[in-house]
Amino acid sequence: MNTTTTTATLALSGVTKRFPTGTTALTGVDLSVDAGEFVSVVGPSGCGKSTLLRLASGLDEATEGSVDVDAGTTSYVFQDPTLLEWRSARKNVELIGELSGLSKEQRRRAAQEALDLVGLTGFEKQHPRQLSGGMRMRVSIARALVAEPDLALFDEPFGALDEITRLAMQTELQRLFRLKGFAGLFITHSVAEAVYLSTRVVVMSGRPGRIVAEIPVPWEFPRPPELRFESDFAHLVGQVSAALEEHA
Amino acid sequence: MSTDLTVEASTAPGVQAGIEETTAPAEAPPTRRTSPVLRTLLAKVAPMFAAIAGLAALWYAVTYLVLGEDKRFLLPPPHQVFGETLGRPEIMQPMLAALWQSVMVALAGLVISVVIGMAWAMVMAQTRLLEKVLYPYAVILQTVPILALTPLIGIWMGYGIAARIVVCVIIAVFPMIANTLFGLQSATAPAHDLFTLNRASRLQRLLKLQLPAAMPAIFTGLRNAAGLSVIGVIVGDFYFQQGSPGIGGLLRVYTLRLSMEPLFLAIILTALFGVVVFSAFAALDRAVIGKWYGER
Ligand SMILES: Nc1ncnc2c1ncn2[C@@H]1O[C@H](COP(=O)(O)OP(=O)(O)O)[C@@H](O)[C@H]1O
Ligand SMILES: [Mg+2]
Repeated sequence: MNTTTTTATLALSGVTKRFPTGTTALTGVDLSVDAGEFVSVVGPSGCGKSTLLRLASGLDEATEGSVDVDAGTTSYVFQDPTLLEWRSARKNVELIGELSGLSKEQRRRAAQEALDLVGLTGFEKQHPRQLSGGMRMRVSIARALVAEPDLALFDEPFGALDEITRLAMQTELQRLFRLKGFAGLFITHSVAEAVYLSTRVVVMSGRPGRIVAEIPVPWEFPRPPELRFESDFAHLVGQVSAALEEHA
Repeated sequence: MSTDLTVEASTAPGVQAGIEETTAPAEAPPTRRTSPVLRTLLAKVAPMFAAIAGLAALWYAVTYLVLGEDKRFLLPPPHQVFGETLGRPEIMQPMLAALWQSVMVALAGLVISVVIGMAWAMVMAQTRLLEKVLYPYAVILQTVPILALTPLIGIWMGYGIAARIVVCVIIAVFPMIANTLFGLQSATAPAHDLFTLNRASRLQRLLKLQLPAAMPAIFTGLRNAAGLSVIGVIVGDFYFQQGSPGIGGLLRVYTLRLSMEPLFLAIILTALFGVVVFSAFAALDRAVIGKWYGER
C-alpha cells in the first residue's frame, strides 16, 4: 500500500515570494496542513505571515515553488472583521450564499445556523456598529464557516481584542474546530494562543520568512482553559518563544 | 472633498443644531416634560429663525439708520416689501409661477446630474486607466466658469428651458461625480479580498460592495448638487429669457424696472428656495444614512 501520498489539505513546497517592489517576503517555505490539523504560525511582524495566507488562499501567487490546495471550500478570516457596515449580522453571513447563488431560503437557513453556532442567536438583526468587537469577530467567523470550509485560514483574528474577550474567543474557536473538523491555518503573534489552539506550531524567522521550527502540541481536545496554567504548557510556550527569539 | 466647502457654509446653524441634539438628551436628566420630538425640532429650527431675525434687524438698521430719506428707496424696509407685494395678485401670481418653474427646472437638472454623475463615476471606478482618462473631463467641466459657457449654450440650445437645464447640470454634476467616485473607492482592501475569494463578478462587486459603501458619499454629493442646481437655475433663468420666465428671469425684469419691493421679495424667495432644498437633502441624508448603518 502506498501510504506516502496522503493528500494534504494544504501543501506549500519550496515557496518563495518576491514583490515587484523588490521585497522578498518568504523563501523556501515547506508547509503542509492535513485534515484534522490546526496549525498556528508565529513569527516576527513583517516576516511574511499574511503573505503566506494570501498565497494559501489564492489571493496572491508564489514567485517560486508550488501551492497545492485540496479543499472544496477555503475560507479566510481577516485581522479586521471586515463586515459590511450597512448589512445586519445575518445579512453579512448571507453574503457568501448570495455570491455563490444560493436561494434566499437556503442562505438564510445556513446563516442562521452559523450565527447560532457562534453564539449570536438574537443578534441577527444588529448592524456591525451595534455590536462589540468580540461579537463582530464572531460574525466574521460565522461568515467563514457558513460555507462549510475544508480549509480555514485565520490572519491574527483576535489581535485587536481585549484579553478577556480573546480568551473566550479561543475557547470558542477550539469548540468550532472540533465540531466542524476543518483544517486550520492560524496566524497569531501570541505564543500562548498558538500553543493552546494548535496541533502544531510553526515558527518563522524574520524577513525573508523561513520556517525555523515545527513544534507538535500533544494535548487532546477539548483542552480546558486551565491547561494554560500547567507547567507542561508553560514549558512548550517557552520552547516556542526560544525558537522565535533565536531566529528573530 | 473640496466641493463641500462652497455650499457647506450655509448649513452651519443646522450642523450646530445636530450636535446639540445628539449630546443634550444623553446628558440631561428628563426633568422638564417637553416632548423629545418637539425639542429636537425646536433645537433644529431655532438657530435658523435667530439668523433670520438677525438679518431682519440688520435690514431695518441699514434702511433707517444708514440710508438717508432720499436714498431709502434703495432698501425698502421688510414690512414695506411684504406689504406692497403679498396682497397683490398681479405681482404674486407671476412670481409664484416663475418660482414653481424654476423649482421644476432645478429638479430636472438635479435628476440628470445624479444619473450622469453616478454613471460616470461607476465607469471610472472600473479601472485605474478609465479613471485617469475620464477624470480630467470632469475637472474641466468644474473649472470652466459657468458664465463663460452660458452664451455658447444659448447659441447652441436656444434660450428656453432646455438651455437652463443644461446650465444646472454643468454646475451640479461635478459633486455627484467626485463624491460617487470617492465613495466607490472607499471599500477597504480586505473587503475586496473577501469578494475576490468568493469569486464575485464585477457586477456583484459593484452592487454589493462598492455602491453600498458609496452611499454616504453619494448623499453628500446629492446635497451639494441640489444646492448648486438652484444656483444653476437662477443663472440660467437670468440669461435665457425665451419662453415663460423663471424666478431668475423676474429678478432681471424687476431690476430693469427698478421695482424694488418685488425685487426684494424675489431675492428672498430665491434664498428660501436654496435653503429649503439644501435642508431637505441634508435631512434626507441624515435619515437614510442613519437607517443604512442601523440605528444605535
Ligand atoms: N503587496 C505588497 N507589495 C510589496 N510589499 C509587500 C506587499 N505585501 C507585503 N509586503 C511586504 O512583505 C513583507 C511581509 O508582509 P506581511 O506578510 O504582511 O508580514 P506579516 O503578516 O508577517 O506581518 C513586509 O515587509 C511587507 O512590507
Ligand atoms: Mg500580517
